[in-house]
Amino acid sequence: MAHLAPTPVLEPGQDRTMILNMGPQHPSTHGVLRVLLEIDGETVVRLMPDIGYLHTGIEKTCEAKFYQQVVPLTDRIDYLCPLTNNLCYVLAVEKLLGLEIPPKAQWMRVLLNELTRINSHLVWLGTHALDIGAMTVFLYCFREREEILKIFEMVSGQRMMTSYFRVGGLALEPPLGFFDRVRDFAGIFPERVDEYENLLTGNPIWLMRTKGVAYISPEDAIALGATGPTLRGSGVDIDLRRDMPYSSYEKFQFKVPVSQEGDVFARYMCRVQELRESIGIVRQALDGMPEGPIKADAPHVVLPDREKMKTQMEALIYHFKIITEGFQVPAGEVYQAIESPRGEMGYYIVSDGTAKPYRVHMRSACFANLQTLPTMCEGRLLADVVAAIGSIDIVLGEIDR
Amino acid sequence: MPLAPPITDIEQLKNHPAVARLLDWKDSAIQSVKFDRDEMTIHVDRSDLREACALLREAPECPFNFLSDVTCVDWYPSDPRFEVVYHLLSIPRKERVRLKVNLNSSSPSIDSITPIWSGANFFEREVYDLFGVRFAGHPYLRRIMMPEDWEGHPLRKDYPVEGYR
Repeated sequence: MAHLAPTPVLEPGQDRTMILNMGPQHPSTHGVLRVLLEIDGETVVRLMPDIGYLHTGIEKTCEAKFYQQVVPLTDRIDYLCPLTNNLCYVLAVEKLLGLEIPPKAQWMRVLLNELTRINSHLVWLGTHALDIGAMTVFLYCFREREEILKIFEMVSGQRMMTSYFRVGGLALEPPLGFFDRVRDFAGIFPERVDEYENLLTGNPIWLMRTKGVAYISPEDAIALGATGPTLRGSGVDIDLRRDMPYSSYEKFQFKVPVSQEGDVFARYMCRVQELRESIGIVRQALDGMPEGPIKADAPHVVLPDREKMKTQMEALIYHFKIITEGFQVPAGEVYQAIESPRGEMGYYIVSDGTAKPYRVHMRSACFANLQTLPTMCEGRLLADVVAAIGSIDIVLGEIDR
Repeated sequence: MPLAPPITDIEQLKNHPAVARLLDWKDSAIQSVKFDRDEMTIHVDRSDLREACALLREAPECPFNFLSDVTCVDWYPSDPRFEVVYHLLSIPRKERVRLKVNLNSSSPSIDSITPIWSGANFFEREVYDLFGVRFAGHPYLRRIMMPEDWEGHPLRKDYPVEGYR
């Protein structure tokens, strides 16, 4: 048994400072983040995030599964935006296979991804406000989130671990009444965002806790690998949905909110405006939803319909082969990145020509965003650490994988 | 859309900004290139990596100023065994490039690129933790996912999926 060293070590630099351990069990770290702080009175001198408490070795597990069996694993990386992870993975495998996806499936993917973005931002807004001391917003946000989870349950049978996207299309046709329900939600949601903004945006306490707090410059944000609202809050205008479109995002009109200030309030404004843009995209997807199949025409990859499987010999054979042997993917490698609610989510998949991926690597947005925390907090007050952690919107499942 | 065969001829790919920039620097900078599925891969030598990254970051017409990802692939039992993979993104030009470096199986190590992008810190620690590749000049090269006293590097191909019992 090797010597048990405490991880990691932060020695006090001077006599007047002390080391404070925050987490891993701490209500405002959004999971199991441990933060080591060296403080001088109320001022943070040094800060070091310590992660790994939720490491489950998903990348290793993927190497032992067939390509289609990896989809449910991707949900579990980030439990707040499962469909985003599903999408990124299936897009990467489809790129490896060279598959063309029918328009209806692509539009459904966009619609559900934007609902996922709203879902994730609602949880962020509620918990972030709760951390800073505004309790009511939390209850309001979870009211709308519940409706989105019911929509997910309707379409996929699951509230959170949806696994609704498949390599080559969707798992099922959307059920009857699905689009009406989404339309109802899209109708009420803009008013609800006004409600949240009424509670926070002009609230003097909220402004005092967020304005000018946890500043990060655009140069630092780029050098540290920050993406998503954390980067756009510092005035860098990049959004992969607009700039490197995937899954027919180029057919949608939306603005990319950017704030210049680089503080907690700027990141808050970016995300709140994204809520409004996302519901706009949902509405466009509902209005222009194309008709047609939901699966690609690739019988060796896509499972046949249940009905065909029971009546046609060919379909039964393909079904049996895909389930028992998987499908082979031509050798090669791809890096597919998409704009998740937190930033650039990337899947790097290496195939060696067999039915199991040789290597799956997930580039997690929070993993890189978390590195901005020391820059944001060092030299500032201890109480602002909580606001800073909330403002970069971390999910530890995605960081540790 | 059927897959187009990959292009590996460096003459045809000279116009890609990253290839052009590296060839301007020196002819031997690029070991091989591959353009496959709309993605550009450049193999560089281990000793050239840090300088190549610095050059690409400052390239005047297409600066690859953002480091998206650092990871590694283990090709056990073949040698060179490890392939360290860097994904760079040009925020102004929306262009991506992948750099690769091959490393031998005996005590694999490479220059850290944390002096160029401080964000490489966590990514390199992860590769060190899970593959055992060392990064020279890294400010804090310690395990990040696994406990400090863990034996072995779990993402290596000779490490069983269930772990050592």
